[in-house]
Amino acid sequence: MVMSWIFTGMLFFSVLFAALSGHGGALSAAAVEGAQAGVTLALSITGAVCLWSGVGKLMEKIGVTAFLSRLLSPVLGRIFPSTKKDARLAGSLSANVCANFLGLGNAATPMGIAAVRRLKDPKEPALATDEMCRLIVLNTASIQFLPTNVAAVRSALGCASPFDILPAVWVSSLLSASLGVLAAWCLGKVWTR
Amino acid sequence: MTDYLVPGILLLTSVLALGKRENGYSVMLEGAGEGLKLIVSILPSLVLLLTAVHMLRASGAAEYLGKVLEPVFSFLGIPPECALLVLIRPISGSAALAVGTDLMAAHGVDSLVGRTAAVMLGSTETTFYTISVYFGAAGIRKTRYTLPAALFADFVGFLAASWTVRMFFPA
Repeated sequence: MVMSWIFTGMLFFSVLFAALSGHGGALSAAAVEGAQAGVTLALSITGAVCLWSGVGKLMEKIGVTAFLSRLLSPVLGRIFPSTKKDARLAGSLSANVCANFLGLGNAATPMGIAAVRRLKDPKEPALATDEMCRLIVLNTASIQFLPTNVAAVRSALGCASPFDILPAVWVSSLLSASLGVLAAWCLGKVWTR
Repeated sequence: MTDYLVPGILLLTSVLALGKRENGYSVMLEGAGEGLKLIVSILPSLVLLLTAVHMLRASGAAEYLGKVLEPVFSFLGIPPECALLVLIRPISGSAALAVGTDLMAAHGVDSLVGRTAAVMLGSTETTFYTISVYFGAAGIRKTRYTLPAALFADFVGFLAASWTVRMFFPA
């Protein structure tokens, strides 16, 4: 339903502004061009998306995710103290973070949901606990080693070195994740249930 | 530095798979097939959303939004051209991809605006969607401060994207 509002809103403002500024003639051409641009974009990133999806699957299979989990466990233990007492929680939580890190969105989501379920407060199961909020913030901050979809779009548009943005992406993700978790931690101290 | 990243990852994963007696090629085939399914599933939404984005740009509405928000964005150091992307990124992933691609195409992939759009796309997530999927599936209704904290993280991501692109790619 949200998408219907967004889509209709975009159309509404286009027509409104075209009418006000007299750009109406360009609007129908732009609509058809845009539709074709959608197909072109999807097709031009297909190769890279398939390739990385294959590499990601293989990384998971040969244990890169498990290896990363071991590296990350001291950090995750600090952010999520419950993982020290609950081995299954620790497993799904670090699998979620590591799958995100490798850009395996499909693998990350079920693991994240499993972790949220295990973090539930038995006395009040509908309540988001502090650790849940931190997990969501970590997920929405998107710490991704290789943003392959963006790189695919860049090379489709003719960029010679699509991965040259990596250092900027890493610094930005790390800043947003760490400040986000810090904000969640502070809010958790003052937010009443 | 990033020249050998892609070939290195391809070679390393294949060699490691062979070392573990895994049929790496067939695993990758399976994964590549899943990638194709992903493309098929997002193509229709990219068609609709790029139609709307192109109309927004042709009508002058996107430019107007940038002009209105320019004082705020300039103060924060975010290119005003990225205004629509910043607004839509937490709500819809495919709409953000459509807007971001359009920015990269219109301003150039290696321009300040194009790079900032790419870093924003790469370092933030579809916040509202993530929260609704995770909490919806787990039956969490009292979300407390999750949304403000997650939106704050997005905001930091947008600022950092704009600043790091200026830092790593000085004009």
